[in-house]
Amino acid sequence: MKNALTIARKELAAYFVQPVAYVVLTVFLMLGGFFFFPMLRAFDIRLTMYTAMKDPDLLEHLNLNDMVISPLLHNLAIVLVLLVPAITMRSYAEEKRTGTYELLLTAPIRTGEIVVGKFIAAATFGVIMVALAGIFPLILMIFGNPEIGVMLSGYLGLALLAVTFVAVGLFTSSLTQNQIVAAISCFGVLLLLFVISWPVQTGGVRLAGLLRYLSLPEHFAQLVAGIIDTRDLVYFLSVVLTALFLTQRSVESARWR
Amino acid sequence: MIEVKNLTKAYGDFVAVKDISFKADSGSILGFLGPNGAGKTTTMRVITGFMPATSGTVLIDGLDIFSQSLEARRKIGYLPEIPPLYTDMRVSAYLRYVANLRGVPRKNIESALEHVLQTCGLSDMADRICGQLSKGYRQRVGLAQALIHDPPVLVLDEPTIGLDPRQIHEVRSLIHSLAANRTVVLSTHILPEVAQICEKVVIIAHGQVVLEEYIKQLPAGKSLEEVFLQAISRDRAADAASAEEVLEEVGAGRS
Repeated sequence: MKNALTIARKELAAYFVQPVAYVVLTVFLMLGGFFFFPMLRAFDIRLTMYTAMKDPDLLEHLNLNDMVISPLLHNLAIVLVLLVPAITMRSYAEEKRTGTYELLLTAPIRTGEIVVGKFIAAATFGVIMVALAGIFPLILMIFGNPEIGVMLSGYLGLALLAVTFVAVGLFTSSLTQNQIVAAISCFGVLLLLFVISWPVQTGGVRLAGLLRYLSLPEHFAQLVAGIIDTRDLVYFLSVVLTALFLTQRSVESARWR
Repeated sequence: MIEVKNLTKAYGDFVAVKDISFKADSGSILGFLGPNGAGKTTTMRVITGFMPATSGTVLIDGLDIFSQSLEARRKIGYLPEIPPLYTDMRVSAYLRYVANLRGVPRKNIESALEHVLQTCGLSDMADRICGQLSKGYRQRVGLAQALIHDPPVLVLDEPTIGLDPRQIHEVRSLIHSLAANRTVVLSTHILPEVAQICEKVVIIAHGQVVLEEYIKQLPAGKSLEEVFLQAISRDRAADAASAEEVLEEVGAGRS
């Protein structure tokens, strides 16, 4: 475990000496702002309208979470699909290309420690990203009164999403020494997890239940709606553990090929 | 001590190293020679536990590199063909990281760092970024990372490549001084280097050991170069003979 932390510390520091991290953070927050302010403005316009109409029923249904936070989180989830591959693509691929992989694999450490160390670092970066996007609800809290519980649950969902994506990205990076290949295959897997339940809507598909269970947005939507269900947590956890296990096998296979 | 026993390594259908065995004694330097593509780097990668053997085994101070991998790897300092540097780290941070990975106790890390910086002539370079170093300095940092945990076994893949003549001299005498209480295996293309600092020489060609001999016991009056050329051509004698025939035929056809 000590070795895993040594690697994690070094990897996390490495993210912040490279421009990629800052570009990713900037793009993430800028797009977040681009989504946030128009939605907030739309909310504001409706609020003024309903207040003018003096209709307490309509005002009752006007909800900051439903109109701003929930769509914002769903949009940010899609931005994560695009950005996470850029963060994780170099993790193993670059080490293989530059030859530092040889240092790592000949050091007296277990493969599992390498895998866990790299995961801790990348997951921390993902959580930092999501935490920085916490600026948007913070603004709402200063000027309005959103439901804090639902918001926290939604952000927990986004953080879990980021951590899950990162685990998938590390796995695809472990398969290749080409960063582009790593990024594109990560992107492909994440997108598939996003759309996997679409065939169910058109019908004529067997295993509809399974596809729906595998679908990421269904579990994420629960958390955004403020429902923290162990079923959804187990889903995220199992994707992470599967990805870590596969990464461990992949690194190990490079050793024993 | 390193014992390589009946080691075979195949990549798919291509057999890089075929049933080789040799022994490197403790307290001495073994020079590992061979033409390009003979299997030197492959052998070193197997010795250090980076890759598994297809068959056969390697013992590091009696520990099997496969079944007792962690313990065996702890004893090895390894300088790969390309120094394994993280290009965006500072030299001192990099060496501290390697020290941690190799299990140097936390309280000893600073003194170990100080020591390798000094022995490898890097004291002025500690705060430089690895990616901005010249080839010679990268090579020295590579050597420093191999030494930082004071390993009893050193495996060096072409340690003097890319160095200027003065640095070559320094690194050679450094390796020589290190060998007093260690087992050192170094691969190289530079034959005088072997003659100067090695006690023993192993020559491989086409993935097979063609010569394993103490330098002192090499035939008198022959330079190492002659011995080398003779050794690597021996197993190619048949090839060479047929090639000569072809040449003669071509020559005959022309005239």
